Amino acid sequence: MTAAPEVRAGDAPEPAPAEETARHADPSAAGGGGWRALLLQPALVVLGVVAFLVWRLTADLSDTEARQLGWAVLGDSIREHLALTAVAAVIVLLIAIPLGIALTRRPLRRLSPLVVGIANTGQAAPAIGLFVLLATWLGFGFGTTVVALVVYAALPVLRNTMVGIEGVDARLVEAGRGMGMSALAVLLRVELPLAVPVLLAGVRTALVLLVGTATLATFIDGGGLGVLINTGITLSLDSLLISGAVLVALLALAVDWLGRLVEHVARPKGL
Amino acid sequence: MSETAPAPSAGPVAAGDRHISGVPIRLDGVTKRYPGQEQPAVDDVTLEIAAGETVMFVGPSGCGKTTLLKMLNRLIEPTSGRIHLGDEDVTDQDADQLRRRIGYVIQAGGLFPHMTVGTNVGMVPRMLKWDKERTAARIDELLDLVGLDPAVYRDRYPRELSGGQQQRVGVARALAADPPILLMDEPFGAVDPITRQRLQDELLRIQEELGKTIVFVTHDFDEAVKLGDKIVVFDVGARVVQYDTPERILAEPAEDYVADFVGAGATLKQLTLTRVGDVDLVQVTTAVAGSPSAEAVAAARAAGDDFVVVLDARGRPISWPTVAELTRTATVPQTVDERLPVVGLRSTLNDALDTMLAASQGGVVVTGRRDGLAGVMAVETVMAAIQRSRTEAAG
Repeated sequence: MTAAPEVRAGDAPEPAPAEETARHADPSAAGGGGWRALLLQPALVVLGVVAFLVWRLTADLSDTEARQLGWAVLGDSIREHLALTAVAAVIVLLIAIPLGIALTRRPLRRLSPLVVGIANTGQAAPAIGLFVLLATWLGFGFGTTVVALVVYAALPVLRNTMVGIEGVDARLVEAGRGMGMSALAVLLRVELPLAVPVLLAGVRTALVLLVGTATLATFIDGGGLGVLINTGITLSLDSLLISGAVLVALLALAVDWLGRLVEHVARPKGL
Repeated sequence: MSETAPAPSAGPVAAGDRHISGVPIRLDGVTKRYPGQEQPAVDDVTLEIAAGETVMFVGPSGCGKTTLLKMLNRLIEPTSGRIHLGDEDVTDQDADQLRRRIGYVIQAGGLFPHMTVGTNVGMVPRMLKWDKERTAARIDELLDLVGLDPAVYRDRYPRELSGGQQQRVGVARALAADPPILLMDEPFGAVDPITRQRLQDELLRIQEELGKTIVFVTHDFDEAVKLGDKIVVFDVGARVVQYDTPERILAEPAEDYVADFVGAGATLKQLTLTRVGDVDLVQVTTAVAGSPSAEAVAAARAAGDDFVVVLDARGRPISWPTVAELTRTATVPQTVDERLPVVGLRSTLNDALDTMLAASQGGVVVTGRRDGLAGVMAVETVMAAIQRSRTEAAG
């Protein structure tokens, strides 16, 4: 115990090096601004609905206007509009998500530029042109409208499914395979969960597109709130035109909000 | 390898005094050709790795060392040649089943960010259909093994951990189903030098305990010298240039190529060969935290020390106040000095020097088994070793 080393012991005013100091993530940080936006949007929608109801109950309406804005007619229009949106959305999800997944698998990856190109054309074509073209081919009505809507809204879901899966760190896929997970297990337990936020953003975009585009259904006899707008234009009745437009906007906002809510809830923890 | 502490209790298979749970690996003419490339990425490699050894693959980037590693668990399928693990030829076995029996660690741990630490570690046991209790117990056991408190870390998500902690979890996950073989692909490449050194020390400690067969790819020759029982130096096409112990590769490089790769600082690399446990450590006055300062001061003065190493209740060093500082307090302080420079007996002199420099201190506290105090090493000891290797190189 003779040669005591020359050490400046206890001479350590500075904080510890960062090695084992974990970065404690604030769990509320992720949704801080998110929650506020999530609360603001439905408030706006409710406000809009109340304003519309007040106007509808107090406004001095002509016979034609009163007939078109009758509660039963309005209810039917909204129901039709939602049915168009919902049926098209379900079909879009059923087609675009599996297709998007398949196109990220190795054997089919070469086809992805081709398929995305086709989907791009569907969306780039003017919607009204698409509706009319399909109607001349498939006939008028609900079914054709749904087909047109599906063609129009498939792209965002398809593209976001692919982008979401391709955005998963390749090393995680390798880690999964390296520990003995099958390709399917890696897809279901690693790739898809991590792609969920991007995928759902695509679904929400598609839903909003669908609500808006479904107004064109009226031109090929598909019904929906577009009837109100179209009638308003042809008969120069601004009250009908504006009612239709406002209701479609409120519907789109409400659907968008639902989408955001789902995204918020379905987002995997830990991201 | 001179280890002062007794070896852990020997298991059913023991070579010398070390427990071995690994199996040998034999590569027989393994070749990988990629379509459209003239030269094979891996050209007819025949290699034997003994059970329980840590073998380091080093070589320039693109030499095929990683490709060769990934052929061991068939993430890359060999074009030709056979791979044997233990007595089994695994070249044609079901790859998923095979990989569940081989631990695999990649850079930054490769943890799944949407799963908790516990879920990550329990992946392979779940695939092997272990029951819940057994998996849960195994997760805690492994977190403990890699130095993470299960109660604190089990339910955290990877992003809540530091890089070093993530890497530890990565090692725990690879060891989950107790595989005889561990493949490590530049696991410590993405962490800072001090963390890397600690992780290396941990790996040495774990390997001492478990005796797995480890194949470890690195581009850091110091790391290879420190961790490897053997080193394989590869050239392009995974040509084995030299396969030997670190000592012999440093002393007698087989070709100019190896000498170049080892580098001009080879004499200083002897610092990497010398372990802290190989040199004489200074024994110093110790005091238990919370005991009266006066006793500690008296003991230190009697011994001629001007500082005291404070130990916690489990005998682990937590700080080293000077005698002057101790005289100002009634009891020995309980505070843990986060900057206390600590190395293990298996650390190299190189590590010790790095640690001293990082902490701006002229010495390090050395810990042995169960993180108990083994002594103190001064910077002069490192200097003497450098001087010695210079003299040897000159003479």
